[in-house]
Amino acid sequence: MRGASQAKWVVAAVAVALAATACGSGSSSSGGSSSGAVNAQGVFSYQSGEPQRPLQPANAMEVLGGRVIKQLFKGLVDYDPATGKLRNQVADKIETTDAQHYTVTLKQGWTFHDGTPVTAKSFVDAWNWSANVKNDQINSDWFSDIAGYDAVHPDKGEPTATTMSGLKVVDDTHFTIALTGPVSYFQYKLGYTAFAPLPEGFFKDPVKYGNNPIGNGPYKFVSWEHNKAITVAAYDKYAGVDKPKNGGIVFKNYAQAEGAYKDLVSDNLDVLDQVDPSDLASYKSDLGDRAVDQPQGSIQSISIAMYQPDWQGVDKAKVRQGLSMAIDRDTITKTVLQGSRQPANSWVAPGAMGYKDNACGEACSFNPTKAKQLVTEGGGVPNNKLTIVYNSDGGHKEWVDAVCNSIRQATGVDCVGDPKPDMKTARDIIKKKQVSSAMRTGWQQDYPLNANFLRDVYGTGAAANDSGYSSPEFDKLAAAADKATTVEQTADLYQQAEAQLAKDMPAIPLWYYKTTAGYSNNVQNVKYDSFGDPVFTQVEVKQK
Amino acid sequence: MGRFVARRLLQMIPVFLGTITLIFFMVHVLPGDPVAAMWGDKAADPAQMAALKHKLGLDQSLTQQYFTYLGHLFTGDFGTSLDGRKVIDKISAAFPVTLRLALMAFAIELVLGVTIGLFAGLRRGKAFDKSTLVLTLLLISVPVPVLGFIFQNVFAIQLKWVTPTVQDSMDLGQLVLPAFVLGSLSLAYVARLTRTSIAENIKADYMRTAVAKGLPRRKVIGTHLLRNSMIPVVTFLGTDLGALMGGAIVTEGIFNVKGIGNELYHAINLKEGATVSGIVVVLVLVYLAASLLVDLLYAVLDPRIRYA
Repeated sequence: MRGASQAKWVVAAVAVALAATACGSGSSSSGGSSSGAVNAQGVFSYQSGEPQRPLQPANAMEVLGGRVIKQLFKGLVDYDPATGKLRNQVADKIETTDAQHYTVTLKQGWTFHDGTPVTAKSFVDAWNWSANVKNDQINSDWFSDIAGYDAVHPDKGEPTATTMSGLKVVDDTHFTIALTGPVSYFQYKLGYTAFAPLPEGFFKDPVKYGNNPIGNGPYKFVSWEHNKAITVAAYDKYAGVDKPKNGGIVFKNYAQAEGAYKDLVSDNLDVLDQVDPSDLASYKSDLGDRAVDQPQGSIQSISIAMYQPDWQGVDKAKVRQGLSMAIDRDTITKTVLQGSRQPANSWVAPGAMGYKDNACGEACSFNPTKAKQLVTEGGGVPNNKLTIVYNSDGGHKEWVDAVCNSIRQATGVDCVGDPKPDMKTARDIIKKKQVSSAMRTGWQQDYPLNANFLRDVYGTGAAANDSGYSSPEFDKLAAAADKATTVEQTADLYQQAEAQLAKDMPAIPLWYYKTTAGYSNNVQNVKYDSFGDPVFTQVEVKQK
Repeated sequence: MGRFVARRLLQMIPVFLGTITLIFFMVHVLPGDPVAAMWGDKAADPAQMAALKHKLGLDQSLTQQYFTYLGHLFTGDFGTSLDGRKVIDKISAAFPVTLRLALMAFAIELVLGVTIGLFAGLRRGKAFDKSTLVLTLLLISVPVPVLGFIFQNVFAIQLKWVTPTVQDSMDLGQLVLPAFVLGSLSLAYVARLTRTSIAENIKADYMRTAVAKGLPRRKVIGTHLLRNSMIPVVTFLGTDLGALMGGAIVTEGIFNVKGIGNELYHAINLKEGATVSGIVVVLVLVYLAASLLVDLLYAVLDPRIRYA
């Protein structure tokens, strides 16, 4: 019986192999107590993925590369993760009297990871290079506020200059910026990674550098194993205010969020990006007090096609407010969205500077009787039918149906979802202004300031103004806010502009996105900022 | 035999060219602009987009791009993906992982499948045969992702024998579980094919002759019965090796194995034409080689085929 003995052997071999792997991974059994000592050299792992492009500061728009670059580079300013407020990093002072001409003073003592000092030239050269259309940087239009941008980045043809006229190096620690017009929140924009400084070595071979970046941030680059992991280690000469409390980070690559979640539950992964939808229902009971649930700097809304003649006129604002009041945000976020969103009561996400609690007022609270009354007073919805255009590839169907249901029951308006197969098709229709009544819209902050949620979405002709809203009052207030010389003033003036939105209701705020994440038994002090990223430098690794 | 091999090799050329052409146009006809997709939801900067397209050669006509691609392919250049990495580097990093996974799955289904099938066929109608039929039916009817999640929960979360996902894709021990999931469906088919084939051939005249000659049972089953029953199984196994490599896309995703499937999934999501066609070209080559091997094995198993 040769076959029989062979079969036994194979079964035995499989058993041995399984047992062997079990031995190799037995480390997870020791769950430490929460008050354990902290290992300042400890390295923790984070759920991530393969960046789409080389790690150059102005070349990462997607989050996978962007979050690594944020740890490797530090610009003039960044945002306090707890409050969203601007704080100085490399900059000592950024001064302006007219919101158009800025003088930047740098702090002493900042160095790149190769030991060379961070100077005014490191910034000016980096910005000039990144803005140049020939260098293929995806974030190049972030520099478009600066005078002389059109010479290095013309709409058509070859650039006529390699430097922008608006940037001047005064000495090692001073440089000046001239903008094409006043932009009071320009300092807020400066916190974006595209404005990071670059060392001399970068310009010799930018692509090679992008695979082995040298920055000036809290962490220095160690290795990039494509498709597997990116490893960074704490930089001991880091001069910023947020010195790392750990030894480094391994950005571990996961193809599916389900696998990452399972690894987290069994302590093979330390910090999670976002819990996958199928585990949302149980993650709080799985992780206990290690579960994270907090709002993010992004908002979901329904925009009305204000460019349709039926929706114009003073009375129609009442109809829109009525529709907003007909939506039971509390129930929908709890049931259909499994608590992964927070009901919105303004057009700006909490955590952004200038966020005003309840700016939407009564119109964002559920009140079916008042809703019906307002809709009737305003002359009703055109043809008594509301259609909401959305892309069906993004998991929006369930809540659009629920919102419609809520509107239908409260007001008797016939409401249906109008699904388009993918994001591209839906965006195409929205961009061409072919929506008949309403559409799903969302906004994710570029920087945590209310101007970003208001000016860039509701200003006349703004790139993201999908509803076609145009209000002289709003534009007037926004323009005044842009000319203000301090960010605080800007934020205040934009709050007045937001009040205009409450009157006109061109878009119905629905809810804010939330960071639904968690961490393992190996780490503590894990907090998330309003971008949905953990505050990497603050994570503490427990002593084993 | 030599002429047979030569003819088979020549036949591979049009098949190879045809598949490349099909894949190239299919990938490039897909809706969505990979360069515009880099900007996500935000409005793309037209000047920058045009510059990038020009650099990547995407501003040429589709036929122009096709001939450039073909020309490069024959010099062994698989092109460059959007992230600036050579496609060939991506493939050579991911291919060994998938090859290991596929070969392990292949070994599991070959050894386990044939053995189980042999015993079931020899004991037709008995308890072992019946339980084999039920078990294989189960494996065939449970979809691979479900099986993967069940295994993950049982072996990793409950029993804690392994980690839920593979931590080191080159570690053979860690690949056992995903390999079993990957090979399970084919394992069931191989067992059933072998069983039916054995059960039929056991009643054949040559078997009676062999037994009557007084040959030892080991030789009767090993040389006469098994060898003659293997032809349908070999056909299946041959085509299956290619299918295993392509099918790894699901298993690799569940267990986070960094192989070809993972790379392919990523590339399709980003609409990276060069990477997708590069990987598919390699898979086609594997498939062709495997089916050539099957044809040669026929000739070994049954000498009559050699002269056909």
